[in-house]
Amino acid sequence: MTLAVFFGCTFIAFGPALGLFVFTIARDPLRIIILIAGAFFWLVSLLLSSLIWFIAVKASDPRDEPLQKGLLIFGVMFSVLLQEAFRFLYYKLLRKAIEGLVALSEDGCSPISIQQMAYVAGVGFGLMSGAFSMINLLADTLGPGTVGIHGDSQLYFLTSAFMTMVLIFLHTFWGILFFHGCEHRRWWEITAVVVMHLAVSGSTFCNPLYVGSLVPSYLLMATAAAWAYLLSGGSAQNLWRFLLCLRSGPSPQPGS
Amino acid sequence: PLPAWWGLLRGLLLAALAAGSCQGNSVERKIYIPLNKTAPCVRLLNATHQIGCQSSISGDTGVIHVVEKEEDLNWVLADGPHPPYMILLDGNLFNRRVMLQLKGTSRVSGLAVAIAKPSPPQGFSPGLKCPNDGFGVYSKDYGPQFAHCNNTVWNPLGSGLSYEDFDFPIFLLEDANETQVIKQCYQDHNVPRDGSGPEYPLCAMQLFSHMHAVTSTVTCMRRSSLQSTFSINPEVIDLLSQYSIPLSACAFLTPPVHALQIDSHSFFWNIAPGAESAVSSFVTHLAAAEALHKASDVHLLQRNIMFTFFQGETFDYIGSSRMVYDMEKDKFPLRLDNIHSFVEMNQVALRNASVLWMHTDPVSRLNKSVEVQVRILLDILSNSSVGANVTLQEAGYSQPLPPSSFQRFLRARHIPGVVLTDHRTAFQNRYYQSMYDTPENIQMQYPEGLSPEETLEYVTDTAKSLAEVATVVARALYRLAGGANNTSAIQADPKTVSRMLYGFLIKMNNSWFQSIIKPDIKGILGDVPQHYVAVSSPVNTTYLVQYVLANLTGTVVNLTKEECLNPEKTPSSEKELYEYAWVQGSLEPNSTARVPYCVRSTVRLSKALSPAFELRQWGSTEYSTWTESRWKEIRARIFLVASKELEIITLVVGIAILIFSLLTTYFINAKADVLFSIPRDPGAVAY
Repeated sequence: MTLAVFFGCTFIAFGPALGLFVFTIARDPLRIIILIAGAFFWLVSLLLSSLIWFIAVKASDPRDEPLQKGLLIFGVMFSVLLQEAFRFLYYKLLRKAIEGLVALSEDGCSPISIQQMAYVAGVGFGLMSGAFSMINLLADTLGPGTVGIHGDSQLYFLTSAFMTMVLIFLHTFWGILFFHGCEHRRWWEITAVVVMHLAVSGSTFCNPLYVGSLVPSYLLMATAAAWAYLLSGGSAQNLWRFLLCLRSGPSPQPGS
Repeated sequence: PLPAWWGLLRGLLLAALAAGSCQGNSVERKIYIPLNKTAPCVRLLNATHQIGCQSSISGDTGVIHVVEKEEDLNWVLADGPHPPYMILLDGNLFNRRVMLQLKGTSRVSGLAVAIAKPSPPQGFSPGLKCPNDGFGVYSKDYGPQFAHCNNTVWNPLGSGLSYEDFDFPIFLLEDANETQVIKQCYQDHNVPRDGSGPEYPLCAMQLFSHMHAVTSTVTCMRRSSLQSTFSINPEVIDLLSQYSIPLSACAFLTPPVHALQIDSHSFFWNIAPGAESAVSSFVTHLAAAEALHKASDVHLLQRNIMFTFFQGETFDYIGSSRMVYDMEKDKFPLRLDNIHSFVEMNQVALRNASVLWMHTDPVSRLNKSVEVQVRILLDILSNSSVGANVTLQEAGYSQPLPPSSFQRFLRARHIPGVVLTDHRTAFQNRYYQSMYDTPENIQMQYPEGLSPEETLEYVTDTAKSLAEVATVVARALYRLAGGANNTSAIQADPKTVSRMLYGFLIKMNNSWFQSIIKPDIKGILGDVPQHYVAVSSPVNTTYLVQYVLANLTGTVVNLTKEECLNPEKTPSSEKELYEYAWVQGSLEPNSTARVPYCVRSTVRLSKALSPAFELRQWGSTEYSTWTESRWKEIRARIFLVASKELEIITLVVGIAILIFSLLTTYFINAKADVLFSIPRDPGAVAY
């Protein structure tokens, strides 16, 4: 569909993530390392879950449509569970890393807190997940054709881009929630993250009824955003103060 | 009932092995429908011109418009609001008038022609009205009244379309199902509704057929040699060349040469069924060779008979001009002055009232000695037709020779010769050099419901008629070679003719062809036979004619495989005279194994590269300079295109989201301490 669509979809899907990366992660090399390691962990989880699904598909009869659909659903759910399991593993790894960083530091405290690690890990997961969702679609946007000759919706690329954006955000917020839950032994927070993830992935089976997948996902994202904000030390008061400050012009405060 | 874990194990193994295999991009399959059964029109060049078609390097795209009658063209040429258009043209409208209209406009980005079934009743020939003009024997110095078809127009239906230069791609859609898919897509999306124009998304087609060569052979060879000198790029053109097959025997005294062409052409690449123009004549030729071979005293004849099959005759006589050149330069075992006489067969399947015409060259007959020899030749031919259902008639002094390989021999020396055809003036073939020159054109009909084996053995009327022609020719050749006995025993076998017609026109991959070829080239037996001369040589047709000729005129010798493949080791093999081939043999009954054997024959291949390339005269007007352009990929596909508005909206939304998110993140980051108030424990770092 030519360059316009290619750039449009890229910006929609990865614009916010780019903003997050440029302003909050890029300056600190430690955060970059955590980001990339997080992305790698997500990648390994995807590899394992896709291997399982691939074996299951090859071992079954390809002509049996309901079975294939069932296997796909099973594959997606299994992948979600595996991703969260790897998030937990990453949490464990980062916990160990903090001890190491404390040992290495001069003043006995870690240069980065677990909350910041949670946030960066979430962005890492989100970026890799978004990349895998979107890259091969973007490659096809460069050709002259658009989706639709077999009856699919024309908005396929646009909705995929929006879905990717929401998924990146969701992974970020889930990272914060999950690590907080692991830190403070609040299992219901972890369960909530897993349930949310399953819900969002399950809603994509509503496609091409895009209302059925995008709307719930954005609602869940808003919920997760608010929750993560509250867990990170925010409050409605702070938010109000932030908006007020903005209206009266940005006062010189040092960035993080 | 295998245990369940077996499926799992198999799946695991498959997964491990198939890890590298790609299933194809599923998003791409949502967007594009590839068109697989198409034939492109490619670019050919000669000394001064380029002909054929060209697409841009990344393919040409256009909105599809189906043109089934002339009025539909107005939408494309003037009215349609979404140019450029990709036209799906009905085969009956594929004529010169329409094509020149399309050539002149910039609103057409490409053309797909749906082959017309049945063939257009008014005839269709994209070849020239005067084939191979300027490369035959008639010129302003020799028989000027016959040059440039002044006297007789051989192909009056010829539109010359194949020799036009188009700057957009043209493809032939061979499969009616694919044509239907395209028409369905057009009906669903592109038809104007309620008076207003059609709305996006629209159905579009993209054709890739980028040709590397331009302008002419001279330019192309110059660029190729520059590039290969500096090793920058591979060559951009391929020389059209092939192997001609002369069949020779023993010491050459004064052999008569019997020859004809085996290639054909149509507007599209590698679509050249050539039923009437090529196949009918070489099949008859092969049958005559077989009939002669079976005569009892053929080894004792005074003169030898050389059967020759020329490739590339469609393109200004590549094969025959090369043979004449080799003969003149003594590179060929035979010399021109050793040729006693020349008999050629051209297009013999469509005889009107069983008349076969004998054409001679009136200019050379002005010479007394040549006239005498030609007279003898004509008389022998006429006498040979007594008793057969073939009436031989002379075309007469007022008629020149039709386009034939004999003309190239005449250019070099005034050999007495005759060209046999089924037409007196204009061709009987109304589909000369087109994709409609199919078995139906020569009235080959099989009854319904036969299996492939039965169809192979079934003797059609066409086969019987060609067998009679072959009988007459074989008897005449016997007499010409000095045979004195009764010729009634010399008969061509209609069964062989029928089998050859089936193999060369309908299905190459049949049991007879499989049994006569070498085991290592059985891959050449594709399904639908085409007889285009092409550039990778030898082409399938050449191989098959070689092996059929070896089978029909050779002898089975009792050698083992080792001895057959290395005949020089056997003392009595006479390697210089004979060719030995180890062929597959037929299937054993009730088994898949074959019984191979060794065939000794005198069939040889001789390279038919135009002398212009040997002499490096790329601009030669004396020899054929036809070359074919090279290309990287040729394919076609259809898909939907979205409106420009939707694309721009997507881009604008994307940029807006990007800027908004960058600004928001910046401000959140700048005001992080306002937004996030964490209880200050020592060492904690704020966001």
